[in-house]
Amino acid sequence: MIFGKAKILRSHGWQYIPDLKNVTLTEEFRGFPILTDTTDKSDVERAAAICPTGAITTSPLTLDMGKCLFCGECAKCAPKNIRFTNNYRMAATKREDLVVKVGQTEPTFDRSAIRPEIAKFFGKALQLREVSAAGDASIEMELGATGNVNFDFGRYGVGFTASPRHADGLVLTGPISRNMAEALDICYNAIAEPKILVVCGSEAVSGGLYSDSPAVDRSFLDRYRVDLWLPGAPTHPMCFIDGIMRLREKK
Amino acid sequence: MRLYHITTNTASSVALADIPVVEYVDLYNDLKERLADSRYHVAHYFAQEIENGLKFYIIILDDTRSEVLISSFEPDYYTRGLASLTAIHPQFHPFEREIHELYGVPFDQHPWLKPLRFSHDRRDKQSTMDSYPFYSIEGDELHEVNVGPIHAGIIEPGAFRFICNGEQVLHLEIALGYQHRGVEGEMVRNQNRLRQTLIAESVAGDTAIGHATAYAELIEKLAGKTISSDLKRERTVAIELERIAMHIADTGALATDIGFQLYQVACEALRTMTINTTQAWCGNRFGKSMIRPLGTNHPLTVEKIEMIRNNVREIRRRYNEVRCDILEAPTLLARFEQCGLVPTAEMASIGGVGMAARSSNLRRDIRATHPSGYYAEEFKHEPVMKSHGDVMSRLQTRMDEVLQSADYVERLLSTYTPSEKLPAPDYNAPLAPDSLSFSLVEGWRGEICHVAVTDSEGNIAKYKIKDPSLHNWLGLAIAVRSEGISDFPINNKSFNLSYCGHDL
Repeated sequence: MIFGKAKILRSHGWQYIPDLKNVTLTEEFRGFPILTDTTDKSDVERAAAICPTGAITTSPLTLDMGKCLFCGECAKCAPKNIRFTNNYRMAATKREDLVVKVGQTEPTFDRSAIRPEIAKFFGKALQLREVSAAGDASIEMELGATGNVNFDFGRYGVGFTASPRHADGLVLTGPISRNMAEALDICYNAIAEPKILVVCGSEAVSGGLYSDSPAVDRSFLDRYRVDLWLPGAPTHPMCFIDGIMRLREKK
Repeated sequence: MRLYHITTNTASSVALADIPVVEYVDLYNDLKERLADSRYHVAHYFAQEIENGLKFYIIILDDTRSEVLISSFEPDYYTRGLASLTAIHPQFHPFEREIHELYGVPFDQHPWLKPLRFSHDRRDKQSTMDSYPFYSIEGDELHEVNVGPIHAGIIEPGAFRFICNGEQVLHLEIALGYQHRGVEGEMVRNQNRLRQTLIAESVAGDTAIGHATAYAELIEKLAGKTISSDLKRERTVAIELERIAMHIADTGALATDIGFQLYQVACEALRTMTINTTQAWCGNRFGKSMIRPLGTNHPLTVEKIEMIRNNVREIRRRYNEVRCDILEAPTLLARFEQCGLVPTAEMASIGGVGMAARSSNLRRDIRATHPSGYYAEEFKHEPVMKSHGDVMSRLQTRMDEVLQSADYVERLLSTYTPSEKLPAPDYNAPLAPDSLSFSLVEGWRGEICHVAVTDSEGNIAKYKIKDPSLHNWLGLAIAVRSEGISDFPINNKSFNLSYCGHDL
């Protein structure tokens, strides 16, 4: 019995990623897209037409990461115009910064939009309450993974709490179903000030595939200020970790 | 008189004209008898709005003969109502509740005609999430415990109401619908098939490959096209990787709930390895973008085959160490054995499917009973069966299936050299008009069933999705009866059902 446990320990060794600020994901991962303009618009027009969430505009060429589900089909239609890199550092402090423009090589992270009290109050410890409002479970599992033995985000004092009363902020996932709208509001208001609001995943940022569904109610986002926007379907744990770390950094 | 159109899971779509339109009373009398035998169960039952009323479709599976029985009826339900099948066979409960909720069809003698998911297009708008009519028992000795909709962990929302006598659970009622996004409506609102594929992937994000496969197979049947054996093989590798990842995740989750940290962290690491393997194949840890109708954007290469084989071999080796130790851990066995029993007969009566059913010795596995894709070729799948129907059985089924699936991946890839180039996806193949197409896929939870009905132009006019959770949620409610309320978490994890897959 004790042998069995020793064997498991030996087989697994150290699992944690030593430096969370220095991680490179597999080349296959579709992260920040790089856009290139061409005179022939026919490829991007096909890409824009097939895009399931209408994330692409053709003139000028832009791609809204807040709508994008990173399926990669547009890059197949228009390989000269759209290329997904494995850059997961896609967090933004303003919604409009998620819209990628031609020639942009790095995502925009506007530090001036960060409230100064965030670094002051949450620089050392940040406990979050997650609310899934019709998230599809993949994103919830990725958020759970941020605390697991590989990512171990807890080493930076970041974790998830069971009660909003113990939380410093709320992480919202899902397009916000009408049936969860009230519970989400109650939960957010049960968190004491000062607090942060993180919108995690393209479905939460824009509604994704369900932006026009009569079963969703997104008025919550009209009422409260969002501190961090995180794209992805689902958001990769490294995208979340990187975004939260930069949000808490002292200037 | 012919009651059913008989087909199989590998046949092409069915012309609506070939599906008999019968009298409800005849169908009712037949099903009353037929479903007493657990070789049959209901795979889907729904209504479609037609001119002047509703047309009902019912799909029954015959596991022994691998046949699918389809029938339909157009009753005069407003004047007479329909005699409830749930009253005899509880497995009908979610279907009749859904039809009642959406269209107000009365079902006489239905014992539990409550709202199913509070869809946005429900008939009775007065009925809301807050007014769910929970069952209650009068008594000075009893108390009620409400959990949810927001749970302590990072999971989806749903409300659980326990009625307890001291620590003992007398009754659990599960109220769902918080996750309702209008999935089935979005499937028909826009005929963009890439969009439909992505919606299928989002039905339950932890079963992205399972639901996308169900969508792709359904479209391929409607398009009257078959895919190459190589593509079938690659899809099978993908869905078995998904099964491995989720069963490992649940092994870890069960360990977490009894505070067994070693197994928890080992399983976290092993699941990471599995989903990173999927990511290195298609770019997404959950296999989103992997499955596409009629082709693929991520054909396997020699290097990727090597990478998957090496990783899966290592995952299997390490997981087996965890599995062997679990089987010898008395503190774990003391919690899991004889806890949360669902006997075979009860599992059959509620229409249980998938690994939960197999853990209760009920042989429900689409890969063996109604195989399609590569499972229907030279691939004899023998389901893992356990007989106790307790938490431990459900864990053992998972553990054995991880090893089995790992062996399948090895078998599928060791003999595979990608020869010809696999085609790119086709989102525009014309679909058969006025037809019904269904697909049955064994996801890691169990039987996924998608059904589509096309109009005279070959557009999808009705799309119905069934995640195995729809059947199995009642199994969880039954499992915790008479258990201590503190055993609820391990029972919940042993089923690990989908909220969004149920609420749609």
